[in-house]
Amino acid sequence: MSTVKARLAPVTGHRLFWPLVMLVVLLVANTVYRPSFLSVELKNGHLYGSLIDIVRLSAPLILVALGMSLVIATGGIDLSVGSVVAVSGAVACLYISEQPDQNSLGGVFTALALAFGIALLLGAWNGVLVAVIGIQPIIATLILMVAGRGLAQLITSGQIITINSEPYKTIGVGHLLTLPFAIIIALVVTVIVAVLTRRTALGMIIESVGGNAEASRLAGVRSRRITLLVYVVSAACAAIAGFMMTANVSSADGNAAGLWVELDAILAVVIGGTSLAGGRFFLSGTIVGALIIQTLTTSVYAMNIDPQTALLFKAVVVIAVCLIQAPAFRARFRRRKSLAPPPAPTAEKQKEQVPA
Amino acid sequence: MTTTPLAVRADRAWWRVPQRHVPVLATFVLLLVMYGVGVSQYRAFSNIQVIFNIFIDNGFLLVVAVGMTFVILTGGIDLSVGSVVALTAMVSASLLRDGLDPALVLVIALLIGPTLGLAMGCVIHFFDIQPFIVTLAGMFFARGLCTWISSTSIPITDGFWTSAAQERIRIGENFVSVSVLIALAVVAVAAIALAYTRLGRNVYAIGGNPQSALLMGLPVGRTKIAVYTISGLCSAIGGILLSFYTLSGAPLIAVGMELDVIAAVVIGGTLLTGGSGYVFGTVLGVLVLGVIQTLITFDGTLSSWWTKIVIGALLFAFILLQRLVGIRKK
Repeated sequence: MSTVKARLAPVTGHRLFWPLVMLVVLLVANTVYRPSFLSVELKNGHLYGSLIDIVRLSAPLILVALGMSLVIATGGIDLSVGSVVAVSGAVACLYISEQPDQNSLGGVFTALALAFGIALLLGAWNGVLVAVIGIQPIIATLILMVAGRGLAQLITSGQIITINSEPYKTIGVGHLLTLPFAIIIALVVTVIVAVLTRRTALGMIIESVGGNAEASRLAGVRSRRITLLVYVVSAACAAIAGFMMTANVSSADGNAAGLWVELDAILAVVIGGTSLAGGRFFLSGTIVGALIIQTLTTSVYAMNIDPQTALLFKAVVVIAVCLIQAPAFRARFRRRKSLAPPPAPTAEKQKEQVPA
Repeated sequence: MTTTPLAVRADRAWWRVPQRHVPVLATFVLLLVMYGVGVSQYRAFSNIQVIFNIFIDNGFLLVVAVGMTFVILTGGIDLSVGSVVALTAMVSASLLRDGLDPALVLVIALLIGPTLGLAMGCVIHFFDIQPFIVTLAGMFFARGLCTWISSTSIPITDGFWTSAAQERIRIGENFVSVSVLIALAVVAVAAIALAYTRLGRNVYAIGGNPQSALLMGLPVGRTKIAVYTISGLCSAIGGILLSFYTLSGAPLIAVGMELDVIAAVVIGGTLLTGGSGYVFGTVLGVLVLGVIQTLITFDGTLSSWWTKIVIGALLFAFILLQRLVGIRKK
């Protein structure tokens, strides 16, 4: 028993272990409920299946959560991503809806560029509030979270803008090389962010700013510029997610688009093992976290449970993952185990090892 | 944003006033200006009933904001309030539909919020997980329970509830509802508790610096758990008031209310880092939100989303002001 435990220690100790266990448990539960869950088939040169669907639907969340990881790594938080999603989607759809030919590529690209530019401005606004004026991130972004939602409704005049544009629709539901286009976009952005942060010093600089902004400034890092940058990146990611979400339904709803996405994104980041205190970030963990959230949502839909009741499951998963990862909880758990008579802990141990 | 110069002017003119009072005073001045604008623009605005109506329409918001003030004063945050309000209204509506005695329903409904708050406070304190995440989970949990109880709105026809909802307490020519009196009672109790009791001093001390508070031998853990329980209790009272107001329990009611509440507390001059702020400021913050809504209703041409944009702008102005005051302190 002890040798097994010793051998498993590096595995169970890995920060991705518990999130991955959770993901596997969810997938197994789905397969038990519906055996066809794992099947993926090729139709008309496109891949179809529940697994592909989950990844496709989690693409926007992955994007938002990537930006959020960087913001959280600097010790900040970005509550405004949901509003940025709504604003960027609204601007793009409004511009396209006013085009004479909604299918023209040029028009769609202009719309995307325009919306993307506005999102960058919103990100810069957040960044200036946090980095230059020195407002607490949670409050600074709360301003845009509240006002941005109003702004999005102002842009859409409080109505749902419906568009009929094939090129725009492709962003959400199109295919490229057998894979859904949304997955490819998420993949490309992930690779870009990962390479830029982990193959250059940028990632370490971001973490050092999160660890101690003043110390890293004294060490020669331009802390303010880095802080400003992460908010802009976060808004940029949110904008792309906004394009995906609105393209999915070919309409922009200033009120509902991206509602609560900031909470899901923060959850994904935390489930992935990144501490809200800042100083570290794990992109792989964030992606696993986003996949867990989407798998949970999809399986709840598949099991015919009311989407709102699904929040109950989300609450349980969040608390479970956070508790397992909390050092204080682990310490308490361990102390109790060492206090208990010997037979009890082995029983606990067996339970622990089952999922591995 | 147009309010910033005004707020700064208030700061300079009142330089003898202790700096911790400046944000509250700025809110007060803003409230007076907004009310003045309303009175000068619309003749009906000067009716005292307009003020009473603001209280009637925002009584539940006021109670919840008072609870949030406690949490924010310790440097924490409680995102679960909106869901707990909805859950309380939902549980009361469904129990009343099942024919339970109203008094019993009241007790059960008032116990839900504090229990949930206590649980969240314990997780926050004992396992050292960020309040943001724990109360976010609490928010999901309570909202999920709401839909689990019923996915549609449940009307309340109970005699006690309807009489509480329709009772008009006359003050001269005008009237207020029972909810307003309850809300004002909660405000009074909270203000006294924060200013004159040991618990209140502990809350300020922990918000100022938890490390020093611990070294001083103050019961940090107990106080932290207490504030989340208080916030839960206030949300439960708020939920009852909301069920008086709407005479129903709906699973999707009060969605996003936590943002309004946090905005009201911040506009009321409470620092989100904790340690500084007053219940009175929170009352003013809620009134500011109420006056904005009333102004937009009176205008009639402005769309509802302007409320959000104005609240965002006000938040910006007040945080900037707090920042300026904070810099001067250094």
